[in-house]
Amino acid sequence: MSRTALSDVGQACIDLAEETGKGALLVRSTVYWLGRGRIEWKQAVIQMMRIGVESFPVSAMTSLFTGMVLALQTGSSFKNLFNEPLFTGTIVSYAIVKELGPVMTALVVSGRAGAAVAAELGTMKVTEQLDALSTLGTDPVRYLVIPRVIAFFVMLPLLTVFSNFAGVIGGCIVSYLKLGIPTKVYWDDVFNHMDNMQLKHGMYKTFVFAICIAFICCYKGINTKGGAEGVGRATTSAVVASMTAVLIIDYFLTAILVAVGIT
Amino acid sequence: MIEAKGARKSFGSREILRGIDITVQDGETLVIIGGSGTGKSTFLKCCVGLTKLDGGSISVDGVDVTRLEGDAEVAAYRRKIGYLFQEAALFDSLSVWENVTFGLRYLTDIPESKYRQIAKEKLALVGLKDIEDHRPAELSGGMKKRVGLARAIAAEPKYILYDEPTTGLDPIMSDVIDDLIISLKKDIGVTSIAVSHDMKAAYKIADRIAMLHEGHFLQIGTPKEIQSTKDPAVRQFIEGRSEGPIKMKIKAYD
Repeated sequence: MSRTALSDVGQACIDLAEETGKGALLVRSTVYWLGRGRIEWKQAVIQMMRIGVESFPVSAMTSLFTGMVLALQTGSSFKNLFNEPLFTGTIVSYAIVKELGPVMTALVVSGRAGAAVAAELGTMKVTEQLDALSTLGTDPVRYLVIPRVIAFFVMLPLLTVFSNFAGVIGGCIVSYLKLGIPTKVYWDDVFNHMDNMQLKHGMYKTFVFAICIAFICCYKGINTKGGAEGVGRATTSAVVASMTAVLIIDYFLTAILVAVGIT
Repeated sequence: MIEAKGARKSFGSREILRGIDITVQDGETLVIIGGSGTGKSTFLKCCVGLTKLDGGSISVDGVDVTRLEGDAEVAAYRRKIGYLFQEAALFDSLSVWENVTFGLRYLTDIPESKYRQIAKEKLALVGLKDIEDHRPAELSGGMKKRVGLARAIAAEPKYILYDEPTTGLDPIMSDVIDDLIISLKKDIGVTSIAVSHDMKAAYKIADRIAMLHEGHFLQIGTPKEIQSTKDPAVRQFIEGRSEGPIKMKIKAYD
């Protein structure tokens, strides 16, 4: 390995260690302020509206069509294999509730609300508004990060619940209209095989995704450097990092949940 | 009194402040001049604790900014100091009156019911009225600066730090801001440190001017002393000439 390549690898390791350290400091600071109970509830509610309520149409729409396409693919494949679209309701609901609902909602919220959070905090950083907060006696983590972490933590699971409904209903619509499955058969397929474990499996993941997206997007925002270009870079990197993290964490969480019997 | 002793600050391998020593007496206005990137704003940020010193100390009324511990101590320290940012740094999501009174909630025990009245009074002090419900995006550059100034004085600080208070403003608005700084000193008796490139403003508002260059103060003196300086670098800067020791130094780096 040439010396330049070696120094590049070394620099990348140093950068990674620095980013990890800064991220850990942000988490520590968040835990500190949460522990002190100084929570800006008004800001948290505003963020819940922006992150949760305003993301609802796009996340519900995404899930509805995911459920629809899933029913169409499953039903038509099973029809080819067994001459009957068997267990379409079961497969759609399992896939949506355990996997696609939480993951798709997390990806949509990362792209929509996560990007907005990173861009807003990034703009505040480059226009010295974060410094202004400090000179006026409050801490940017307390005033900006904690309300957003709370908003993601509360709203992402709620959005996921609605997305799950939308996805399963989407599957029902296609099953009935395109595959000719009676709705009673579809819903029997759903409820005869679904229990609390499947719901828990999906919802546990959602809480972890929420924390992950919140910290990554806030971190990227408050560590923005440069002007408008820096804000653009921070926003892109926040979305890419949070989406990638959701997908990677999803695998390991699934493995852990399966290992402990929550399947 | 603000006192800096051997204040040092580096960013990476770049040494910005190389042991700054200066004392600003109560009621005094010190203007720090110097080229871009010489550490003027960094010094101000160190004074208020936004940037941590690598060495030395800066104390305000005997309280060392580098040794502040706990929220109460930090709040008490910040309560003493108002800070006017270069671009005003108003919060976009809040109205003008919410911006002006933002710090009162964290720095004082004043009940929220009085905030709007206080905002009105402070805005009147900086020559603004009937804009309480406007958003920062609706204001001109000069108005933003004045709202920023109203916010800086809302908690009635003993000290005000101005980061380039007249940069980007037209000459008349610059003069208005200079007059405001002078009247704040006379009316409220604040002690100030201002960072500026604007020599006209510096001569007008300063009791003393300090020229920062390469991490040190080259000269500290009254406006008269600075105007009649024999120091070639200070002369070059105050006369705004491209030829001189400062440029020669830049060439040496090239």
